[in-house]
Amino acid sequence: MAEMMYREALNMALREEMQRDPLVFVIGEGIGQRGGSYKVTDRLYEEFGAHRVIDMPISEASFTGAAVGAAIVGARPVVEILFIDFSMLAMDQIVNQAAKYNFMSGGKGHVPMVLRTQGGAGNGLAAQHSQSLEAFFYHIPGLKVVMPSVPYDAKGLLKSSIREDSPVVFIEHKLLYMTKGEVPEEEYLLPLGKADVKRSGNDITVVTYSYMTLKCLEAAEVLEKEGIGVEVVDLRTLTPLDKETILESVRKTGRALVVHEACKRGGVGGDIAAMIMEEAYDDLDGPVQRVAGKNTPIPYNIDLEKVCVPTVEEIAEAIIRMV
Amino acid sequence: MEKELNPGKRGDVELVADDLDEALLLEMFRKAYTIRRFEQRCVELYREGFIRGYFHPYLGEEGVAVGSIAAIGRDDYIVSTHRGHGHCICKGGDLKLMMAEIMGRETGYCNGRGGSMHIANLDDHNLGANGIVGGGIPIATGAALGIKIKKGGEVVLGFFSDGAANNGVFGESLNLAAIFDLPVVFVLENNHYAVSTPVEYSSRVTDLARRADGYGMPGVTVDGNDAVAVYLETKKAVSRARRGKGPTLIEAKTYRHGGHHVNDPGLYMDQAAMARWKSRDPVDLLRKRLNDDAKIREIEEEVESELAEAVEFAKKSPAPSVEEFLASIEDY
Repeated sequence: MAEMMYREALNMALREEMQRDPLVFVIGEGIGQRGGSYKVTDRLYEEFGAHRVIDMPISEASFTGAAVGAAIVGARPVVEILFIDFSMLAMDQIVNQAAKYNFMSGGKGHVPMVLRTQGGAGNGLAAQHSQSLEAFFYHIPGLKVVMPSVPYDAKGLLKSSIREDSPVVFIEHKLLYMTKGEVPEEEYLLPLGKADVKRSGNDITVVTYSYMTLKCLEAAEVLEKEGIGVEVVDLRTLTPLDKETILESVRKTGRALVVHEACKRGGVGGDIAAMIMEEAYDDLDGPVQRVAGKNTPIPYNIDLEKVCVPTVEEIAEAIIRMV
Repeated sequence: MEKELNPGKRGDVELVADDLDEALLLEMFRKAYTIRRFEQRCVELYREGFIRGYFHPYLGEEGVAVGSIAAIGRDDYIVSTHRGHGHCICKGGDLKLMMAEIMGRETGYCNGRGGSMHIANLDDHNLGANGIVGGGIPIATGAALGIKIKKGGEVVLGFFSDGAANNGVFGESLNLAAIFDLPVVFVLENNHYAVSTPVEYSSRVTDLARRADGYGMPGVTVDGNDAVAVYLETKKAVSRARRGKGPTLIEAKTYRHGGHHVNDPGLYMDQAAMARWKSRDPVDLLRKRLNDDAKIREIEEEVESELAEAVEFAKKSPAPSVEEFLASIEDY
């Protein structure tokens, strides 16, 4: 198995799907000859041409809407929105159009599109380029939300997302693009709605996703030395949510901590914590807890930025308090 | 009336109109009459409590849908608006399925999930109505992009209104369509009111077709009450789109016969303008073009009976099963 970067795994997924299906095409800002700001569409323009790797003017609402229209007539667009912050400009098309079309047409119409975007803090990009907005999309019936944490998952999940007949919001994290992992060169698919136990342990379940998975794994490793067994459940997809894997783990460990980078208030974590308490209360040895981002816009200054999102120490401390 | 149009841009419309095939004129009349009666009947059914929610009549604007959709084929696509019944009828919509949908029945086009504002008829390539003003403009553009990806030969008619023309996606989408030469014709139904706001209030330039210049595509203003004029202009734009020459913006000027929706009396509307527009009623204009009273009567009778059948069908149709609906919800 080859070791490659997260962004290379995504690139491979796009290339394989575009080779497999001539109806798959990608659109976005600067994704053509330039290969995208994060190089995810690198060299696709050379291989597939301007007909299928299409640079867009800066107009998120209309090019996202154009993807909806193209998907309705049977093409399979993959839209890149450079920063998740910019997806706010396209919310009508994502929420009112793409998410509702299948339902409103009585199940007759389909929107097989993927909206790839990128979120998270960590590069000093300040308040309008650092948000974690997955809860917006998680809240909307009709959308699937995928947030892989490692290159292997990124490739398998992107390929599955492209083959989905419903709209998928595929959220990457800017700090993950250069992370490395083993990725098979051959074809494989990972199902949406299947969480992955990235590390098993008997004392506590940590439910997390995206970049925070790496932080939770780091915390688990530190705590291992202190004799605490941490099970890290990486959700991989928020919708569909793999409740079974979460509950199975909680039933085994009796404790659950939910960790995400997005603001705590109104975050996905509150929903998952409530779900655990509703469905596995009798198996719990204590209340479900959350470690999440502070309820603030992300500041520019690097020291201030750091304290806004969960750190390995914070996660480890929460676990110690709970076990 | 004439001052409100832009005669200089109408070109040879009047001349060519005389040569129109009679069968086509009859078909246009049939469609216009069907829309008129369907909408009037729906208003009655609304008052009787058979229809709920918002219902936005197309009364008075029939010429736009009739003329423009007559200029495209069955495989070509349309993207409609929240005032979309006329478009749906012209694109081959089945009155029974439409009426059932508007009454929220299981037998309707969308199994009662969509209603008046969301009817889609994918079999006839009607990609659907839209509850968001302007929401369909990027979708029409994207359908044209999809056609290009599929290397298809179809074109798209994207309908929207003067109100939508002030939405950001209007400019964005026209720009996209222009730079990629997409096979889409933007049909701007200028009915003079965005809900209650007059176009003179919301735009300094009231010939909205002039905005096309800024995006590098032809813009033409046409008398929307004259289905034949709309037809001829759309024909040209469709031919251009099919030849890979890119989009056109057609502004069809017309006038609503009443308020924004069935519960809006439209007291803000200019009554003198209303009288002027009504004196050139789109259904009457088509009727006058035909010199065959017998044929006209025959068509009217056929439509009346088809409509009665549709109402009967919808009334007799079952409501959706609540149990089946609940079981079908994908709760993930």
